[in-house]
Amino acid sequence: MNELASAVPWLGRRNPQAARWLIVIVAIAAPLVAVLFGRTWVRVLDFALLYVMLALGLNLVVGFAGLLDLGYIAFYAVGAYTAAFLASPHFGVHLPFWIVLPVAAGCAALAGIMLGFPVLRLRGDYLAIVTLGFGEIVRIFLNNLNYPVNITNGPQGINTLDPLVLFGWDLSRNLEITENLSINSLFLYYYFFLACVAGSIVFIQRLQVSRVGRAWAAMRDDELAAKAIGINTRNLKLLAFSLGATFGGVAGGLFGAFQGFVSPESFSLMESIAVLTMVVFGGMGNVAGAIVGALILSALPEILRHLAVPLQQTLFGTVLLDPEVLRMLLLSLAMILMMLLKPAGLIPAHARYSHVEHLKRHGVSR
Amino acid sequence: MNTDPPNPPSPLLRLDGVQIAYSGIQAVKGIDLQLHRGERVSLIGANGAGKTTTLNAIAGLLPLARGEILYDGDRIGQLPAHKRLRRGIALVPEGRGIFTRLTVEENLRMGAYSRRDAAGIEADLERVYTMLPRIKERLAQVAGTLSGGEQQMLAIGRALLSRPKLLLLDEPSMGLAPLIVEKIFEVLRSVGNEGVTILLVEQNANLALEFSQRAYVMESGRITLSGSGPELLTDPKVRTAYLGEIDAVGERG
Repeated sequence: MNELASAVPWLGRRNPQAARWLIVIVAIAAPLVAVLFGRTWVRVLDFALLYVMLALGLNLVVGFAGLLDLGYIAFYAVGAYTAAFLASPHFGVHLPFWIVLPVAAGCAALAGIMLGFPVLRLRGDYLAIVTLGFGEIVRIFLNNLNYPVNITNGPQGINTLDPLVLFGWDLSRNLEITENLSINSLFLYYYFFLACVAGSIVFIQRLQVSRVGRAWAAMRDDELAAKAIGINTRNLKLLAFSLGATFGGVAGGLFGAFQGFVSPESFSLMESIAVLTMVVFGGMGNVAGAIVGALILSALPEILRHLAVPLQQTLFGTVLLDPEVLRMLLLSLAMILMMLLKPAGLIPAHARYSHVEHLKRHGVSR
Repeated sequence: MNTDPPNPPSPLLRLDGVQIAYSGIQAVKGIDLQLHRGERVSLIGANGAGKTTTLNAIAGLLPLARGEILYDGDRIGQLPAHKRLRRGIALVPEGRGIFTRLTVEENLRMGAYSRRDAAGIEADLERVYTMLPRIKERLAQVAGTLSGGEQQMLAIGRALLSRPKLLLLDEPSMGLAPLIVEKIFEVLRSVGNEGVTILLVEQNANLALEFSQRAYVMESGRITLSGSGPELLTDPKVRTAYLGEIDAVGERG
């Protein structure tokens, strides 16, 4: 949690305890503030949390293990389509969500291992190219697997996915408390996603200081030396790919149920690049960095979109720059500014991997 | 009284006709080599003779094209690197190979990655600290900020934390000032005196031959000479080829 506190600029260093509480309060209050500007903004926050989860997963692969992955969104796609296959009228299957989500995660993890095996010997640029290809292959498959047997319904995508239902509680319906007071479904999703993100953060922070986390850090710094001190680099790389993919799969499953609709165009190369940008922008190898990067780079383009479209219409009478183009422009701009001003990312990683504190606590003398 | 040294039991390490090739080039063309328990042996030769390749293959970082490696009487030629380390073979790689973004202490502790005996690890850490006082002063520092000599010390300390029986050292003197090299070899001597068998790869033949009891000379993938350290130090061929001396005729070797 200490690292998370460092995300708060001034308070984080002086009083991490207070910074932590501030983060919790902001996280809980965010949609209540956002709704003052309109419900769309709560929706933006919901998506921001999904991006946080993606960034956390990709950070595991790129930041912790040092394996550059340009096709990460493929695992998001695998998760989303698994949810679509198991809980929609497309195949007429309607499994409950607590089965769908683990299966989505499992399928994504399997896809991660499938990608991992052939790229074990690759590094750097070559690894990036192959993973990029993998991401495109998955998207193209989704686009074309509607003939001769219709599996993915092609470019039209799959409609009317079952909403998230937790213990008989449908998150897609507004929660009626009294006759004139109800909690909008967008809020319900927000807090559920927030819980998922919080769980992921706890898991990943423990992972980082575990044996596995330290071995990844060693492998990232010097693979040969890591082998020489007895690290099984093959298994650890596969673990990184599959664990990272699991987060993508979970996020994908949530996305499918939330959006109620999946289509191949949501999983383009640009999405992979956007998630990678979030990780790099925030600070690679750093949980807090990935979170901040994802929040900023997913919310900012939305703000820009809502400003730019009306602005262009009043100025030129027509929309010259498509919002999607603006988003990519913004991501590139963010990258350039970061490289110039803060090359190590917004929150540079300064993680400690050793178990010294842990050992002390357990009474092993030093 | 028998003045001959007692015939030692099976050697700790034996290379039998080892050939190693990578990316189509045969770097090691069939070598035989033996190390007895507690011995200090060096492998000297010019750049590109195949010394590092041999060392990496013993550590399991490179596959053998042909031949076999016997360690403690067992064939280990097909064993992956992490299993060889668990059996007691530790490598200090060329160029040190420390983990630059981890702290010094984390680097040392990573050396004990495959061990589970917490108390034993702590005891070994203390031993390494007394052996390398400079390192102890810098435990919390990020390892990438250490000087070259300190990094080399750290790499040696890290290897010791795996509690090796056989320590493979790849050019520990590389790029270091003579005074520092001297200190490093002092440390290595005390490691050897504790009973660790050492195989040293060096370009600095003088240094290596003074340090080790026996040595092998490697030339373009083959072993061309072997003998005791003092023997090779006085061998005219070695003196001209590796010690930079001018031979009797006055030409450079």
